[in-house]
Amino acid sequence: MPLLEVRELTVRFGGVVALDRVSFDVNSGEVVALIGPNGAGKTTLFNVIARVYRPGAGAVMLDGEPVLKLAPHQVVRRGLARTFQNLALFRSMTCLENVLVGDHINIRSSFLGASAPVPNALKAEAEARNRAVEVLDFVGLAPHAHHPVAALPFGVQKRVELARALVSKPRLVLLDEPAGGISHEEVGDMARLVQRIHSDLGVTVLLVEHNMGFVMGISDRVVVLDFGRKIAEGTPAEVRKNPAVIEAYLGAA
Amino acid sequence: MLARVRRAPPRYWLVLVAAVLLIGLPTVVTSFQSSQWNLVLIFTIAIMGLNVLVGYSGQISLGHGAFMALGAYTTAILIARYHVNYLVTIPIAGLVTGAIGFLLGIPALRLSALYLALATFALAVVTPSLIKRPEQLTGGVQGIGLVPQEPPQFAAAAFSTVTGGTQMTSEQWLYYLSLAIAVLLFWVAWNMIRHRPGRAMRAVRDGEVAAAAFGINVAGYKTLAFGMSAFYAGVAGSLYGLATTYVSPDTFPVALSFQLLVGAVLGGLASTVGPLLGGMFVYWLPIVSSQTISDQSWIPEQISSVFVKAGPAVTYGALLILIMIFAPNGVVGLITSGYGALRKRLRGAGERGTGQMPPDPQTG
Repeated sequence: MPLLEVRELTVRFGGVVALDRVSFDVNSGEVVALIGPNGAGKTTLFNVIARVYRPGAGAVMLDGEPVLKLAPHQVVRRGLARTFQNLALFRSMTCLENVLVGDHINIRSSFLGASAPVPNALKAEAEARNRAVEVLDFVGLAPHAHHPVAALPFGVQKRVELARALVSKPRLVLLDEPAGGISHEEVGDMARLVQRIHSDLGVTVLLVEHNMGFVMGISDRVVVLDFGRKIAEGTPAEVRKNPAVIEAYLGAA
Repeated sequence: MLARVRRAPPRYWLVLVAAVLLIGLPTVVTSFQSSQWNLVLIFTIAIMGLNVLVGYSGQISLGHGAFMALGAYTTAILIARYHVNYLVTIPIAGLVTGAIGFLLGIPALRLSALYLALATFALAVVTPSLIKRPEQLTGGVQGIGLVPQEPPQFAAAAFSTVTGGTQMTSEQWLYYLSLAIAVLLFWVAWNMIRHRPGRAMRAVRDGEVAAAAFGINVAGYKTLAFGMSAFYAGVAGSLYGLATTYVSPDTFPVALSFQLLVGAVLGGLASTVGPLLGGMFVYWLPIVSSQTISDQSWIPEQISSVFVKAGPAVTYGALLILIMIFAPNGVVGLITSGYGALRKRLRGAGERGTGQMPPDPQTG
């Protein structure tokens, strides 16, 4: 059984069909890329899976369980974490605090327990800090742990987003344009990082990306969207040769 | 341990100095002045709660005066009608008010910021009239009178030892009671903010979609913040009733809710010492502004007469505008940025890049 099943997903914004009966699977242990020209519906699809938008029709199953029945805050408890395209870091917090929020579901401390701090709550906090520092170290940001995120360069903030999504140990992570807006050298670092998420942490990855070099280098499979419809799916080599994909990107000859 | 003490950021020293001053205060000032500072502490407690709501969870309330009224009446009714020990009524007042705040928070969080402001404002407007209705219980427009609370043996003995034989008055005792409760509640809020629930609230304030994506129940935390801040206001109201020994519908006018919010903003939202400054503003500003402005000969007669006639509201408004323009992070923000700039000057710009950030700057 695939880890994530997307079935006949349709989303309309007024008269615009943002997604038109899109179906695909993500198997456990894969790196799957979702590509397509601007406005193809990639981020919309992410937002449906993460329960930000409600689709008109269709189903999303995570490990056989329907995702669309969950409240937005319950999705991460099922092992699905995400990053955001335009960075949605908690800007008043430090890197470490951002990552700690990412681990919210795993910190065993109640409202009263944390306020009166009982030993158990303090222990849970200390353990969470260790996990957060570990993950910050994994993405290479340990020295920045106590810096406020708002003051850090964009490329660093991207990695904070990544750390925040990984700290809860999800089974599937959705990465929305991990290489978007960062410098050429950083793209290579990010590609290696995504590969390590996959190989070292064993997390399945579904990503949206415009940088074709990045996508072709790290993906096991590629799903291509255009105007809300899936027009191709396959290995990077297959997709690159697909005439429909070439037409979508270059326009009809 | 010693190294930790030496490395402690200056704000911890500031807190220590403030604590020593506050503890020593009643031994050097008069009993009446103690009662004035007691009210400062009481407003500080209410603003601490408001700070959790507005500063950390990003919601707004123009109705905290109503929560204070609720706490004060809970205490007054329990003492006058049911002869409950006054110390016992303080937590009860907090819990009753907190529960009502929590329940009000449930519909309130369906509202956007502007409508939430209006809804809580409506609460502040109707509460004084509602209080008058059940006359048997609340005493109607007459209100409820209470007797002054005498200091217990141990406190009176300790006080007379320190001051060299001076008898402790009720005012001084209530000051210490408020101080102890303020310190306890400060400690609770400080822990809450630094740990999981506080991070969740700040996450909700910074971005609801992202907060929900990491498993934070946005509605739940907003309601919790509402309940917690109402609890603080309830405790403050209870202490207010004990301090003034009289509660009536007019004790808690709509203006009080504004003053509390202005105090929270003036002191500095999302800061730990801001509420104390806010409490001082709320209590002293009306007194100082009506007394001193008319004394200032350099202020034109026309202007000063407006201030005197319109009362403290004009001063509040003027100060709020000034703060919003020149110090959007309140007085605490002004001090912090001023201190930061000073330190940079002293150290030289070269070291700017390597300067270590203090741990958890947010909680300062």
